Amino acid sequence: MSKITDMTKTHNWSGQKLVSIDHMLFEAPRTKHFMTGSEVLKEAVKRATVDASVSYPITPQSEAAHLIGELWAEGYVGVYFRGENEFGVMSEVAGCSMAGARTITTTSGPGTLRAMENFAQWSGTRAPMQLVLMARGINSPLTIQPDNLEVQYLLETGCMIWYAENVQELFDMSLAAFTVAEQPDVHVPIITAVDGFFVSHTREAVELPDDDIALQPYDPYAAPLPPIDSEMPPGRFLRDPFVMKSNYISYATHASWQWEIRSAVERSKRYARHLLNGLVHITGNEDAEIAFVTCGTASNQAKEGQRELEKLGIKSKVIKLRTIRPFPEEELIEALEGVKYVFVPEFNVVGWLANEVKAKLYGKVDVNIHAGPRVAGGMSLPAEAIIQEVMEVVNPGKGA
Amino acid sequence: MALDIYKINPEFRDIMPKEIIELEENATWAQNQERPRGIKELPETKELLEEHSLCAGCPEAATLRYVLSALPKPEDTVIVNSTGCTSLMFPHIALHTVHSLFGNQNAVASGIKRVLEWRFPDTQKDVVVLAGDGATVDIGLDYTLQSFFRQEKITTICFDNEVYANTGGQESGMTAKGQVFKMAPTGKKFDKVPMWELAKTSGCHYSVNMTGSAPKAVAKAVREAILVAREIGPTYLNIYTPCILEIGLSANEGLGEMKDQDKDRFASYKHVSPEAEEYLKKCKKEGLL
Repeated sequence: MSKITDMTKTHNWSGQKLVSIDHMLFEAPRTKHFMTGSEVLKEAVKRATVDASVSYPITPQSEAAHLIGELWAEGYVGVYFRGENEFGVMSEVAGCSMAGARTITTTSGPGTLRAMENFAQWSGTRAPMQLVLMARGINSPLTIQPDNLEVQYLLETGCMIWYAENVQELFDMSLAAFTVAEQPDVHVPIITAVDGFFVSHTREAVELPDDDIALQPYDPYAAPLPPIDSEMPPGRFLRDPFVMKSNYISYATHASWQWEIRSAVERSKRYARHLLNGLVHITGNEDAEIAFVTCGTASNQAKEGQRELEKLGIKSKVIKLRTIRPFPEEELIEALEGVKYVFVPEFNVVGWLANEVKAKLYGKVDVNIHAGPRVAGGMSLPAEAIIQEVMEVVNPGKGA
Repeated sequence: MALDIYKINPEFRDIMPKEIIELEENATWAQNQERPRGIKELPETKELLEEHSLCAGCPEAATLRYVLSALPKPEDTVIVNSTGCTSLMFPHIALHTVHSLFGNQNAVASGIKRVLEWRFPDTQKDVVVLAGDGATVDIGLDYTLQSFFRQEKITTICFDNEVYANTGGQESGMTAKGQVFKMAPTGKKFDKVPMWELAKTSGCHYSVNMTGSAPKAVAKAVREAILVAREIGPTYLNIYTPCILEIGLSANEGLGEMKDQDKDRFASYKHVSPEAEEYLKKCKKEGLL
């Protein structure tokens, strides 16, 4: 097993050369590989100087959790064990992160809900751990198919939420995620979401830097809150009864703290813009009157729809949101200039992204927002369905 | 932790609360290294818990003082607590403490302990869980027992008041059979959970059931449990600290209630594994006990 004491100023405990995130993402030479999302997450963790990870099995993220365990056995991760269930795991990683460790874990839909209370507690303690969420339908009836309904439940937990479309984005995002989450003026947890199976189990070409380099370690002493490691002197921090015993103090504390967490998420934008090369990614016709606003693999299907529409002489574009929290409102408004119709294709039945888009754009943009098309429970979203929906709205009564 | 780093910035000194200034001037952490601190020093070592906001005469508040006085190395001790009356005291305690969710204290403590071992391989850092019976034995039982199964090197102390006290007096798993409480309007239907025995069969190397009536006995058990957890494995203390409010006693009757129970339902139970016993002998020789 590796030891943290093996760390030097230039190399981490597993002997990898320490580099900046900019070098890792933009400067280091890359070579092409053919990998699944689970495998590429292992490659990202391998290059991230991760102190701790706790795992629990649930399809479709189990393989990613296995592979992080292999990294621990190989000496790349400091602490690793299997927790008792998702509530336990999210509590254990909270402990790891509070104690000053760069910490990562993975889960899927039902596990997310079992652990739900923890995510608000994570952000409440401003601990910068990363959850890689490989989305899956939520019971019942039983399904293991991908869905992203659980993301809706996570929206107001105070955590940042980024959404990767494919294997390459999963690699780059999960490295950038640590960096942004750990910025002293951000310092809140981050959830990196992908659509399970569609990304976790799909083998794609991916460009990776060599594995002899790794990110600079996490410095818990740069955090806005002291780590729970007894290295800093504690003080009694209250004289009067605890906050919950006074409605006024409780109100004042919570109001200011909740705003602070949400402000911290907003402050992450400038770092994310740089490391993700923009909070939104736009493809298609610049002068389009039809826009698809998407995240995850729905972006991929929308791009297919955009190409098919182009063949029919209809100009459209796809605005992919890379971050959901913070929501890239300014970028979206800018990208919608000249657009008359917005469609929000989604892999879930409730249309949480459409609700988000409507709420953020209300009164700011004069555009018809159409919440759909939507599929659920792991169904695919064929380009034909997208085109049909567009034609029925844009060209009513005349068919696709 | 360095013992001389609790220094107030001179520019802020005039606006600091009196308690903080006293903490800087009178803290006795360093003395603790020269000889084990105990309950006798409580009046002089008020930096750990000077005030609290619990009910007058609360046995739990008194017992917490005994626990804090017995910590072998308070400057390197992290306490993980849970929602309940104890969580009202932790903001007053000058130690690194974590208040997390209701029931997840042993899971959080597991993460903290493992990371502290990883980050500070050459420094002994003790992690102590301190929660009530609702958090330890009901909502958190899975996490409590699983931490024992995993052999986490933490000490779990349950302040067993046999009721959910802070939420207004509902029956808990630790309530005695037949007791009438809110949510058990015709009396509790099953026996008190024998948590100290579950701790033993789940892998604890040291498990004690006692009341908080005898300060020296509590302090001894706390010190032994933490020392065993350092080197051998998980340890558990079940300490009866009755909620005088919920069982209808006045402020001066808590001690008597605990003393009565010493002879009855809380007659002393102590399990020490052979490895732990061997280790404790060694500690005694070295003056740690």
